[in-house]
Amino acid sequence: MSIKESIEKKLSDAFTLSHSEVINESHMHNVPPGSESHFKLIIVSDDFDNLSLVKRHQKVYKILAEELANGVHALALNTLTIAEWQKKNNQVPESPPCMGGSKK
Amino acid sequence: MDVLERIKEQVEGNAVVIYMKGTPQFPMCGFSSRAAEALASTGVEFGFINVIQDPEIFENLPRYADWPTFPQIYVDGELVGGCDITVEMAQNGELQKMMEEAVAKAKPAE
Repeated sequence: MSIKESIEKKLSDAFTLSHSEVINESHMHNVPPGSESHFKLIIVSDDFDNLSLVKRHQKVYKILAEELANGVHALALNTLTIAEWQKKNNQVPESPPCMGGSKK
Repeated sequence: MDVLERIKEQVEGNAVVIYMKGTPQFPMCGFSSRAAEALASTGVEFGFINVIQDPEIFENLPRYADWPTFPQIYVDGELVGGCDITVEMAQNGELQKMMEEAVAKAKPAE
């Protein structure tokens, strides 16, 4: 199973998803072609209701701890309730370009 | 001093502090760059720590507040989040308010 598939599976196991996207953005970074290091996640679920943004992200990081410890370098997280997602017209911001930081 | 003690002193001793790759002037990661820009856009002063120059902090900060990636932004001793949260809060005005309150609180009472 690819890392992308494993992320998708863990998210759908952990949340009642109304919508989700796992987008591999590794090509935007200083890593070899075909890498699975940088992902953008859109997670729309009413499980996030009444949770602060920092708690939502901590929850996602916890669910994906194994991936983060094994090759996943960065996650751009968009964690929304169904109402918030509709209010944003189903749009999320563009992720930033790489500036070489992962090479140290 | 233990590294977690050192981090605690930094986040509690600065009203606003960002742990980032590089510096606000010379960021070395797009996420760090964008978060530092969001902080700067408020016009409120903030501190920064370049985690690339401090390997001990680089290694240990993720376990301080259960946050595995950089940047990390702390206001009034509390983790606010990383790039995505900071940018969103800058856009809706919450960040500036939160930073101003933290700076006011950190000043000694007159």
